[in-house]
Amino acid sequence: MSINPEQIIQFSPMHRLQWEEAQQKDVILYPEGMVELNQSSAEILKMCDGTRALNQIVADLEEKFSTTGLKNDIIAFLDVALENGWIKQN
Amino acid sequence: MAGSNKIKITPPRWLLAELTYKCPLQCPYCSNPLDYSKHSNEISTEDWKRVLSEARKMGAVQLGFSGGEPLTRTDLPELVKHARELGYYSNLITSGYGLTEEKILQLKEAGLDHIQVSIQASTQDLNDHIAGTESFHSKQEVARLVKKHGYPMVLCVVIHRENIHQMPEILAMAEELGADYLELANTQYYGWAHENRDLLMPTQEQYEKAEKIAQDFKEKVVDKMKIYYVIPDFHESRPKACMNGWGTTFLTIAPDGVALPCHSARDLPNLECPNVNDYSIPEIWNESKAFNFFRGTEWMKEPCASCDEKEKDFGGCRCQAYLLTGDMYNTDPVCDKSPDNNVIQEAIASARESALSEGEKPLVFRNSKNSKQY
Repeated sequence: MSINPEQIIQFSPMHRLQWEEAQQKDVILYPEGMVELNQSSAEILKMCDGTRALNQIVADLEEKFSTTGLKNDIIAFLDVALENGWIKQN
Repeated sequence: MAGSNKIKITPPRWLLAELTYKCPLQCPYCSNPLDYSKHSNEISTEDWKRVLSEARKMGAVQLGFSGGEPLTRTDLPELVKHARELGYYSNLITSGYGLTEEKILQLKEAGLDHIQVSIQASTQDLNDHIAGTESFHSKQEVARLVKKHGYPMVLCVVIHRENIHQMPEILAMAEELGADYLELANTQYYGWAHENRDLLMPTQEQYEKAEKIAQDFKEKVVDKMKIYYVIPDFHESRPKACMNGWGTTFLTIAPDGVALPCHSARDLPNLECPNVNDYSIPEIWNESKAFNFFRGTEWMKEPCASCDEKEKDFGGCRCQAYLLTGDMYNTDPVCDKSPDNNVIQEAIASARESALSEGEKPLVFRNSKNSKQY
């Protein structure tokens, strides 16, 4: 399973992404489970809000962090996220 | 106290709120205590709200509303709403009995995240027999409604000798109902299940056959359904890492407000499990005798004390050690290094003999009448 670059990406309605104050990190919550995220994974997932496709996510993150060359890392993580059902494309 | 002040205490992540021991079902493997009818007091709505708030502040994030049947508490929507405001991910663990579409919508509105529905078998006759209540069709209807209203739908089937032969049909039923998760929970032998063990424990051959079928199915549905397989620990050579370690992750509050490091712990002697009426959650978690009792590894006896796997399985389950060897400090007898491992082999042999014999004794169903005998 891999990301279709043309399609909008949205966070799964069956999961919840939230900041955990006690852990000082973002987590994904789902039935009886939790995934702890590092900062870069969390930043990518927050861009999956149902308004952006791949290139827009890359552009917005590169702008936000004043850097370039993030595309391959972002694709690699989004593939993992898609496989785990954290995000979806219609 | 067996614990030590040197141990670093991690905050609770999981809160199991056992709202009530009342239940319309009578499953003979229920994990509630045998003498639950003695603990019929229930703490108030305000007490529960305080418990939820205090545990959340410490870091608890996964919340299970369980029981008994949690739907029998009329304040459930109010508690769900409070939990959502605090940022919990809340799970309703229900028999589905009495869950109407109106209530499903009301709970969704209140902020419930997911509903786990139990089904006892793939056929009406067996489901209704095991549940002790006519409930098969209403459970299926509830599963469909849960799905219809956008909840992740978790189907839970407890596996034992009376239904293990239905594994292919159980899997097909889960697929047909559109389950997002299927929990195949091999019976754990505590409480009522311990009492009925000879009648519930499948044979080794039955386990192996059922597991193979479930594994093959898991690969087939990998894109649409996740399967949680709770292992039959009697047939393993190492014990389960019970509760992810005592007092590290899980906090259970019983209906009467007793705080437990695991939901079976009230049967252990001399723990003096604290009540939320007397102490705050931070006091209970950090300072109580019960929660410090088996923290860390200093309490261990041999063969655990010198075992290189002691940080992996924490010596297994304290309740199982107590129930089967009479000493809660012992290695979980499931471990093949345990000098008491013979009790496991004897239990397996006894259940096998019972399976092959003609005049099996009847199951003891979980209900108030039977509970009063303990």
